[in-house]
Amino acid sequence: MDIKGILKPLTAWKRAFKPPHTIEVPNKVTREGAERYRGFHVNDMDKCIGCGTCAAICENEAIKMIPINDPDKGNSGYRPRIDYGRCCWCALCVDICPTGSLEMTNEYTWVRETGDEFIFTPGIDIIGHEDKKDKGFKKDDKLNFLHLERVPMRELDPKERTQTFAEAVLGYSEEEARAEAERCVGCGLCISGCPDRMHIPDYIRAIAEGNDQKSLNIIYENNPLPEMCGKVCTRRCEFECSLGHLGEPVAIRWLKRYVVEQFDDLKKYVDAKPEPLNGKKVGIIGAGPAGLTAAYYLRLKGYETEIFEAAPKAGGMTFLGIPKYRFPIPSLDKQVELIESVGVKINYNSPVDSKKFKKIYDKYDAVFIATGAPKGMSMRIDGEDHPKVLAAIDFLKTINLGGTVDIGKEVVVVGGGNVAIDAVRVSKRLGANSYIAYRRRVVDMPADEEEIEATEAEGIPIYTQIIPLRVEDGPKGKVKLIYGKAKMVQEKEGARPRPVLIEGKEYEYVVDSIIVAIGQRPDLDFIPEDIRNKLEMEKRIIKVDKRQMTNIDKVFAGGDLANWTADAISAIADGLRAVKGIELYLSSKK
Amino acid sequence: MKEFKREDREVKLFVGPQHPGVTGNMSFEITLEGDTLTSVKTHVGYLHRAFEKLMERRLYIQNFPLVCRICVPESDTNEENYARALEELAGIEVPERAKWIRTLVLELSRLQMFIRWMGGIAGTMGLSTAPQWAIGDRDYILDLFEELTGGRIYHIYILPGGVRRDIPEGFEERVLKVMDYIEKKLPDYDDLIFENSVFKKRLIGLSKLDPAWVEEIGVTGPVARACGFPFDVRKEQPYEIYDKLDFDIITETGCDMYSMALVRRREIDLSINLIRQIIDKMPKGEVWTPLPNVLYWKIPAGETYVKTEATRGEFGYYVVTDGSDKPRRIHVRGVSTPHAYTLLERLVPGMNISDFSVTIVGLQTCPPEIER
Repeated sequence: MDIKGILKPLTAWKRAFKPPHTIEVPNKVTREGAERYRGFHVNDMDKCIGCGTCAAICENEAIKMIPINDPDKGNSGYRPRIDYGRCCWCALCVDICPTGSLEMTNEYTWVRETGDEFIFTPGIDIIGHEDKKDKGFKKDDKLNFLHLERVPMRELDPKERTQTFAEAVLGYSEEEARAEAERCVGCGLCISGCPDRMHIPDYIRAIAEGNDQKSLNIIYENNPLPEMCGKVCTRRCEFECSLGHLGEPVAIRWLKRYVVEQFDDLKKYVDAKPEPLNGKKVGIIGAGPAGLTAAYYLRLKGYETEIFEAAPKAGGMTFLGIPKYRFPIPSLDKQVELIESVGVKINYNSPVDSKKFKKIYDKYDAVFIATGAPKGMSMRIDGEDHPKVLAAIDFLKTINLGGTVDIGKEVVVVGGGNVAIDAVRVSKRLGANSYIAYRRRVVDMPADEEEIEATEAEGIPIYTQIIPLRVEDGPKGKVKLIYGKAKMVQEKEGARPRPVLIEGKEYEYVVDSIIVAIGQRPDLDFIPEDIRNKLEMEKRIIKVDKRQMTNIDKVFAGGDLANWTADAISAIADGLRAVKGIELYLSSKK
Repeated sequence: MKEFKREDREVKLFVGPQHPGVTGNMSFEITLEGDTLTSVKTHVGYLHRAFEKLMERRLYIQNFPLVCRICVPESDTNEENYARALEELAGIEVPERAKWIRTLVLELSRLQMFIRWMGGIAGTMGLSTAPQWAIGDRDYILDLFEELTGGRIYHIYILPGGVRRDIPEGFEERVLKVMDYIEKKLPDYDDLIFENSVFKKRLIGLSKLDPAWVEEIGVTGPVARACGFPFDVRKEQPYEIYDKLDFDIITETGCDMYSMALVRRREIDLSINLIRQIIDKMPKGEVWTPLPNVLYWKIPAGETYVKTEATRGEFGYYVVTDGSDKPRRIHVRGVSTPHAYTLLERLVPGMNISDFSVTIVGLQTCPPEIER
């Protein structure tokens, strides 16, 4: 008889006198969930950009992006709504959130009176658990599904590149491009930043998958100048990139550049089949980005298009204004060649005057004006008509056309935009000791920050808070720029601070040339006076509707002369809108 | 009135599909003569969630919240297996520390599973004190999991490339505290269960296996070890850092339910020992190797079979990839599949009906892993 085995279990009775070690729920919960507990979602509305990456990784489709009423700029206008009937609390959404806005509380229970509250939009629907934020599961710096660091771009050494007009940026290798493209989460916020609404996530995905030709054709769906954009675009898309919130945005511009660089002869690889001519003719004045875009896509749709260009080459400011170390001629030629190959006729060296304009107006079914903004703005100070004061745009144009400008040994460039940067870097390459004088601070400069960095790397000083007062003759044939210092005054909350002259003290630069790069304006002298008088303007640019139509019958306008943004990609967007506008206009006319 | 005939004495009954122990939904069609079982037929399908198929439509990373559900109480074996298969196919190196943390998680998981099983086997015999204790004590380990992984049952903690988070500050001490606590309580369990004469009387000799069946049917884990077979994947084909730990394979020779119970009881001691070794030797360093962009992660075409020692035996994942961003095919070797079908059908004839649920729990069948 196993007496021990019968008695031993009875020792369990000793536990009867001990207090229970389990906790009664829900009345007596005395402990909080752990710091990492995956409780219920909270979303920081100040950080959330509605990129939808959380919804993309959710395997249960518990997250749906729903539109909200008041989206800020830079947001998709959507916010994640979570369905607790589907959620499995894996928190992959928290770990992949590109802004770190999505977190979880450490609550254990979710007791609600109605079933409706099991589907909610955290941050929008306030349900009383928001104070538990920061207590539960949140993004960890060490584990990151996102690749926040950009593949660095190889460049010529700054010292070496100031000696030459060879391209400064070298472009990605195949391996680098694939790695960079692989970072994209495909949220598509970049599309909202691009004036041309290019299909960015699609072509980046194609690069990541190793299909460069597919990528090229996606790009060509709405941009006939991708190599230009890939090299000199103002890349508004990158400022919207969701990865830019915690890391560096995807190098969208360099990726586009990479794709187009892979193909020497675009005609073979771009799937561009023009429809047969439909008998309608469109005359285009100016072969800049806007004109070329309109001409290319109109021709693909069957319209006969003819461009009149004053310069010996197409490209507009991308040819005349942008220095060759940023955008070399062969890159431009390659793209224009494709545009001409589909049947676009470009008349080079044929400037349009008012007589010719009338002829074009009478001959064509529609006219698209895209002559850009070729005239430099003046500083409106005394002595500005001094022969040593040059407009940056004239200076760059002369250099790009192969001419020479005697700028001397010491050059000051006035301005803080991309043109000022181009002018100062070109002067440096011409052997001058050049520098920038700008009236605000470096952070306020409208120039691309990468361009500013490159300028500084080349040893070009940027002097800030300088207000030019007048220009005087200097000693030994030099010229003096007299200036005062400015202080920055914040006039309105949230507004950009304004430079205000500090009265009393004056300083001077004694230089060989002063290059003025403070903006450009359109030149509409070629339009006959009767039409010009009727033409509706908006300050110094032409007023157009959302299809680029002016108030004059059959006249459309686009590019810098009808667009305040005044960059190449906006001009391309204008060109595309004009294509739709002209198509609609001509099809309604019969 | 119909006259009662002797050949009509056989009665067919359904056991289940509600939980026939504390295992999961499964149904048994039993044939009884008096209170003696003459045969059993196992029916599954009540818990089928088509995990293997679902996984073929999801991105690799999206399958982690799925795989942990293949065996509900022991989720980490699934995560570790699946992660290791992907690492092998994609060629991802795991940092050393992550391997140690993974092993710690696996052993904690094993420990809580065996503690839960102690309650389960006693509960099926009407000894309902034991489940109360076991579930309560197991919760201390779940507290540790909550602190480490953010979840109590579904941890989703082991990912390809390492583990999701490093261990929190002071976690090692808390683990050791819980180990001390459990070790202190184990003699109580011994008194209540393993040395209980009723327990012994009912289990010794119950469900006696023919050792020849082990290799014939594919029996693994404590059931095989109770027949003297030293089958343990941790030793045979060491994964993670088991080759750096000092332990022996536990075997018994009785081939019956009681031997299986003893193997499991001794496994508890072994797990505590291993956890202490891991905490003692764990190196410092990184716990995570960055993955490619998980939303578009493609794994080159290939196939692999990886296995771990789960509480029930050899648990395996056969993964086939075709170069796309989703698995081509995944097959999960649920350990208890041969146990719940062939083995059970062979053990049952002649068994008393009251021992039936004891046998199911004693074989530690886990229906969710049978129905992937």
